[in-house]
Amino acid sequence: MDMNEIKEIFFQECEEQLTELETGLLAMNDGDDDPETVNAVFRAVHSIKGGAGAFGLDDLVAFAHVFETTLDCVRSNKLDPDETVMKVMLKSADVLADLTAAARDGGTVDPARSSTLAKDLEALANGQPLPDGDAAPVAEAPVEAAAPAPEEAAPASSDDSGFQPVPFSFDDMDEVAPAEDAPADAADGNVYTIEFKPNAGLYAKGNDTALLFRDLAQLGQMEVRCNSEALPELDGMDPEDSYLTWSVTLTTESDEDAIRQVFEFAEWDCKLEVSAGRADADDAGDEAPMVPVPFDLSMLGAPEEKVETPPTPVAEAPVPPAPVAPTAPAPQAAAPTPAPSPAPEPAKAASPIVKEPAKKPKVAAVAPAQQIRVDLERVDRLINLVGELVINQAMLAQSVGESEETVSGQGNNINLGLDELNQLTREIQDSVMAIRAQPVKPVFQRMSRIVREIADMVGKNVRLVTEGENTEVDKTVIDKLAEPLTHMIRNSVDHGLESAEDRKAAGKDPQGMVKLSAKHRSGRIVIEIEDDGAGINRERVKQKAMDNGLITAESNLSDEEIDNLIFHPGFSTAEKLSDISGRGVGMDVVKKSIQSLGGRISIQSNPGKGSIFSMSLPLTLAVLDGMVVSVADQTLVVPLTAIVETLQPEKSDIHGFGAKQRLIAIRETFCPLVDVGEILNFRDEPADPIEGVALLVESEGGGQRALMVDAIQGQRQVVIKSLESNYSNVPGIAAATILGDGRVALILDVDMIVSASKGQSLAIEELKSA
Amino acid sequence: MKTKVLTVDDSRTIRNMLLVTLNNAGFDTVQAEDGMEGLEVLEESNPDVIVTDINMPRLDGFGFIEGVRQNERYRSVPILVLTTESDDEKKNRARQAGATGWIVKPFDPTKLVSAIERVTA
Repeated sequence: MDMNEIKEIFFQECEEQLTELETGLLAMNDGDDDPETVNAVFRAVHSIKGGAGAFGLDDLVAFAHVFETTLDCVRSNKLDPDETVMKVMLKSADVLADLTAAARDGGTVDPARSSTLAKDLEALANGQPLPDGDAAPVAEAPVEAAAPAPEEAAPASSDDSGFQPVPFSFDDMDEVAPAEDAPADAADGNVYTIEFKPNAGLYAKGNDTALLFRDLAQLGQMEVRCNSEALPELDGMDPEDSYLTWSVTLTTESDEDAIRQVFEFAEWDCKLEVSAGRADADDAGDEAPMVPVPFDLSMLGAPEEKVETPPTPVAEAPVPPAPVAPTAPAPQAAAPTPAPSPAPEPAKAASPIVKEPAKKPKVAAVAPAQQIRVDLERVDRLINLVGELVINQAMLAQSVGESEETVSGQGNNINLGLDELNQLTREIQDSVMAIRAQPVKPVFQRMSRIVREIADMVGKNVRLVTEGENTEVDKTVIDKLAEPLTHMIRNSVDHGLESAEDRKAAGKDPQGMVKLSAKHRSGRIVIEIEDDGAGINRERVKQKAMDNGLITAESNLSDEEIDNLIFHPGFSTAEKLSDISGRGVGMDVVKKSIQSLGGRISIQSNPGKGSIFSMSLPLTLAVLDGMVVSVADQTLVVPLTAIVETLQPEKSDIHGFGAKQRLIAIRETFCPLVDVGEILNFRDEPADPIEGVALLVESEGGGQRALMVDAIQGQRQVVIKSLESNYSNVPGIAAATILGDGRVALILDVDMIVSASKGQSLAIEELKSA
Repeated sequence: MKTKVLTVDDSRTIRNMLLVTLNNAGFDTVQAEDGMEGLEVLEESNPDVIVTDINMPRLDGFGFIEGVRQNERYRSVPILVLTTESDDEKKNRARQAGATGWIVKPFDPTKLVSAIERVTA
């Protein structure tokens, strides 16, 4: 693993943290006051800061730091997360996401944007009014926020934050070994006297005098004296207390800071005095009998040997009951041996022994995980292979079927086996697809930002409600969902919802609502974007369509057909081009991109109440259930989802209309009959409908057509092979597949066929109204 | 015998950095994702030294340190806190919980290694 890989992991993790952050903030925004929610939000920012620091991503660190400080105020109840605060937080989350993206892709973020927000955040943390008055009045700022403890307050700038990014590099690692070369001969170095009085807590926290002295010895020549005066009689001894104090004379070229550095972790639990010069031996002698202690580093170097030494150091103390005499030799200077060495000491010494027999079979280097991360590429390959397997299984079934007569004796067994194989193949396929399935949640979450931004831009107050975020769909579909969804959400906020004044006038809540929901319905995912706006203004749509020459004044359109006009290329009803809709992307583009996913989009509008856009998409782009049909000696596959019913037309059902067109009567209605063979130019003249089969199909616009085919061969699941990537786009054909017998079959693009026969659509309307 | 380090950190990035740093320095490394998991793997991993974060889900660093210290066998195993926090109040809490030392993130690999060496025999 190298730095780049870790950086990759970092950015992946950032994505997760940002999602976590936004989820938490949105929950808080909706009134969730669970401390764990605030904690999770805080941790997300905190983690990003921590990782960013290691990579020297200063902008990200600086912003994350300010953000974190403000969040900490919320976390510690110093700042009430009211509407104003939440607004700043949500915006900050967006900026943090942008900074992360910029750090990853090398882009930049408008510095004014992040610095303005950083100032807002600082102001909030300091209980000050927001710098510019665009947000809510300051008076709303909570009283408690007015007086944060000074040290908790956000630093004015990141400089005094105490957090300095340290770019992380493994290159330095070679130099790790000994900290500094111990000056072997430091005769002319400085002399320091170090008085070290550990208290019991020092040992209880895993520190060790011997280890401290070992480090100290690296700085130069040292002389250690031990004061054991405080040592009580043995029966009065608390094995966990600390009785010994130490005086070290160190001759070193290092300075006092280097010495204090050694005691960095111990300073909490000791009295430490470092003074220049040699302590006056007489002074010390007056009250504290000091024992010179030979200091032998080698004892520390080899822990195993250390274990060999007598297990109870106390036993080595010369005369047990006596107060340890000044003369007491200190045989094991390194370990505070003669002392009632604090209990931790022996325990520690013993640990290597305990460890070895207890060598557990295998402790995984990384703690057991419930999840694994797999390269998407590998999953894709697996899905492809399973696709081949499905094809192969179908081929096998077919060839067995064909040769069944010859092996009729065993046919039954073989068929049973094949059925099982078929079942298994399906299951494998479902399981494999499940690996790539993901909840739509991340995409939905991105939409909340879009709503915020657009609402801000057009000055509307909008609430986004999401539902069914855990609905799963293939990753390939999810990836392509964001763009059309973004556009539709923009559209709903910009065009769908009225201004606050209009809403009030209409007796509605001034805050508009956009609802985004997902659910599974008959093997597809249905995503709906609902707004409680004014609904489609049909008069205006009609007028506009006439202006654009899409329809004529005489056109008699149903409400549904008027609504569907907005999907027409180049159609836009916005009276003034706003930022949002001025991007040149119309609903027709949205429709196209949904269609290219094998999806349909439809609209339901209720004047004064709002509109619902609903998209229905396949759960995967890898396979589809299709009806295999033959047309003019060609084999085609019609997606099953498009087929409403199949019919065997009677002569009396067929009605001529105009020169060439024909209609088929289906119960009470007429439906245009389209000969697939003719429209795809497989044959010049339409075939006789009586001899064929009609498939009643429905396009996403709700329009129905009866497709004439010669015969139905069967129904099966096919693996979709892109035609575009292997050949080129063919109108009327969505993709290709390989059938059981190895032949390539084309998959019909039903919507395209329906719209290619558009001219007939108006014809039937006229007929109906006639 | 290699020194065994138990690292407890919820950030995958930091865990990976620690893994590389510590492996390069010749330590054995066992990792846990939060304090709770840290306590779960404590006995089985039997570390010589522990490096832990403070801000973690489920069980934070303070709780984790207290938990370790309650285990008779690990009362005196050195625990280094590795965190982005640097305020004294938090340091004090960690100290009261029983931390051996405090290292501020982002960490310099060399310093981390020497800090570990400083508290282990």
